[in-house]
Amino acid sequence: MTDTPAGAGYAGDITGQQAIDAAKEPAEGETRRDFIHIAAGAAAVGGGVMLAWPFIAQMNPAADTLAQGTIDVDLTKVAPGQQLSLKFRGKPLFVRNRTPAEIARARADDDASLKDPQPDSARVVAGQEQWLIMIGTCTHLGCVPTHGGGDYGGWFCPCHGSHYDISGRIRKGPAPKNLEVPPVAFLSPTSARVGQA
Amino acid sequence: MSGHSTYIPKSGFEKWLDARLPIIRLGYDAMVDYPTPRNLNYWWTFGGILTVLLLTQIVTGVVLAMHYTAHVDHAFASVERIMRDVNYGWMIRYIHSNGASMFFIATYIHMFRGLYYGSYKAPREVIWLLGCILFFLLIATAFLGYVLPWGQMSFHGAAVITNVIGAVPVVGGSILTWLQGGFAIDNPTLSRFFALHYLMPFMIAGVVGLHIWALHVPGNNNPVGVLIPQDLQRRDTVPFHPYYTVKDGFAIIVFLIMFSVFVFFNPNALGHADNYIPANPLVTPAHIVPEWYLLPFYAMLRAVPDKFGGVIVMFASIAVIFALPWLDTSKVRSNRYRPVAKQFFWLFVVTTLVLGYCGGQLPDAPVIPGVETFTLFDGQLNSYLWLTRLFTLMYFAYFLVVLPLLGLKETPLPVPPTISAPVLSHAGGDGGDGGAYGGSTHGGVVKPGAGYAGRPAVAEPERRG
Repeated sequence: MTDTPAGAGYAGDITGQQAIDAAKEPAEGETRRDFIHIAAGAAAVGGGVMLAWPFIAQMNPAADTLAQGTIDVDLTKVAPGQQLSLKFRGKPLFVRNRTPAEIARARADDDASLKDPQPDSARVVAGQEQWLIMIGTCTHLGCVPTHGGGDYGGWFCPCHGSHYDISGRIRKGPAPKNLEVPPVAFLSPTSARVGQA
Repeated sequence: MSGHSTYIPKSGFEKWLDARLPIIRLGYDAMVDYPTPRNLNYWWTFGGILTVLLLTQIVTGVVLAMHYTAHVDHAFASVERIMRDVNYGWMIRYIHSNGASMFFIATYIHMFRGLYYGSYKAPREVIWLLGCILFFLLIATAFLGYVLPWGQMSFHGAAVITNVIGAVPVVGGSILTWLQGGFAIDNPTLSRFFALHYLMPFMIAGVVGLHIWALHVPGNNNPVGVLIPQDLQRRDTVPFHPYYTVKDGFAIIVFLIMFSVFVFFNPNALGHADNYIPANPLVTPAHIVPEWYLLPFYAMLRAVPDKFGGVIVMFASIAVIFALPWLDTSKVRSNRYRPVAKQFFWLFVVTTLVLGYCGGQLPDAPVIPGVETFTLFDGQLNSYLWLTRLFTLMYFAYFLVVLPLLGLKETPLPVPPTISAPVLSHAGGDGGDGGAYGGSTHGGVVKPGAGYAGRPAVAEPERRG
């Protein structure tokens, strides 16, 4: 169109000049064209967001992943001083049968300077203090801590050197929080349901 | 790409195509007649090497995807099947896995070359920014790929790195769940990582196209670091083909020989033995480390006592590279004429190597065994924790203190007006300004009087057009 004289149009295009004139209509304040631009732009942005939504949401946990419910743990298998590791919601679950000495040590540290202060009693079910049931992933970056290492006689994460005490509380190292305690309900003295209080 | 096109279509078909899709013209202007500074040394060949490596990774990767199964129950076994049963599968996988390491070797050399010769300075900032984006995409692609064999290091490495994102306050947990597709690294995570690992190399290829496009606007930097004036284009540049196709080709062959030594004689030297153990979510390997090429960043992540702080420092260590063109205040590009900056450059190279070494060590282990020291805040002074902190500080100081201040304080050596001036001043005979340029005795410069590719280095004046 660049070397076509304005308004010449194509053969038979008698409305060409009229169309150009219409487009050049002096803009006084808002025009109908402004309204069309804003409305069309808003519809495009809104439509884009609505289109993007399902593509982002599909990455969230699917229904079957969310449906991973609870597990029942047979406590008769775990002698005092022993620890059972199970898989719960894709993560390790530590079920520890603590000895009276370990419980006493955990309680004695309630008053120590703690990074994430929590008494031992808040981490176990009253009357079942020997059973310490925790999610076995380090609250730093998700490695699995091992029992028996570290400076506090509890768990030690080999990845970045976080030390947890015998109550699973963070004492030293980069982890910000205590090992997570999931909801636990004792169905009987020998069976615990994890995932539902 | 830019500048005047010199392509003249010869055959009837070329003329027909050129009027419709000038793709031969594009290739000719970019790869045949592209004017290239005549003094580029071998540090300039790594762009070509990286192009070959990207193609290698894409070709071997597409083949591996034909035999790989992205499911937690089958991934490890399918990789072992590739190694044992698929025809030449062992070779293709070893090329792909060692290719990742080769990619990082070449990338790091390419980046250090840009750093030394000031290739990031005006008017080449956008080339540098695109290169930083490529580096970031490369890290992401390599990380995703390392998860796919579903060995112990794959699994727990993925756990550690995704948890890094979980450290973001308030929304971190939700983003982590969204990224993993569940509450732990599991099958949804593996299948999406596979899809993204397949996608990202093509994104890299796209950004490489922009990187080269941006390069061809101002043209290559060069060891002298001065821009080539328009009227000296004919004297100071040579056509890309055959001069640099041959030079790059030679470097590519040498690099591929080194690559082959790894693939055929020591294919697991750069990997970790624990990744040949199938992933077990209940047991973390005693010593978890990323691949060697991410160790410096991993070291910085660990050096900070606060979880989110560590994440900030790790991302900042990459972000600061993006800001480099605006942090270096010196007007002189090439470190060849910056005696003090040159020393700091080599100190920075050592810093990154030490950080890489620290990243592979246990943080609490003593640096010098048997030496008793005191406890400083949260660790022994004689520990990799404190060594890493010292070098993390040096890493950031290079970008945030040394480069901004040095450009203002340092007195650079006289910079030659053109890239051929140091050569011509020696060959000219009168010796008027011979030796005036600090870098003229540099080994990398064309020998005086030796000429270049059959063109005499003297007798240039009449060549000026």
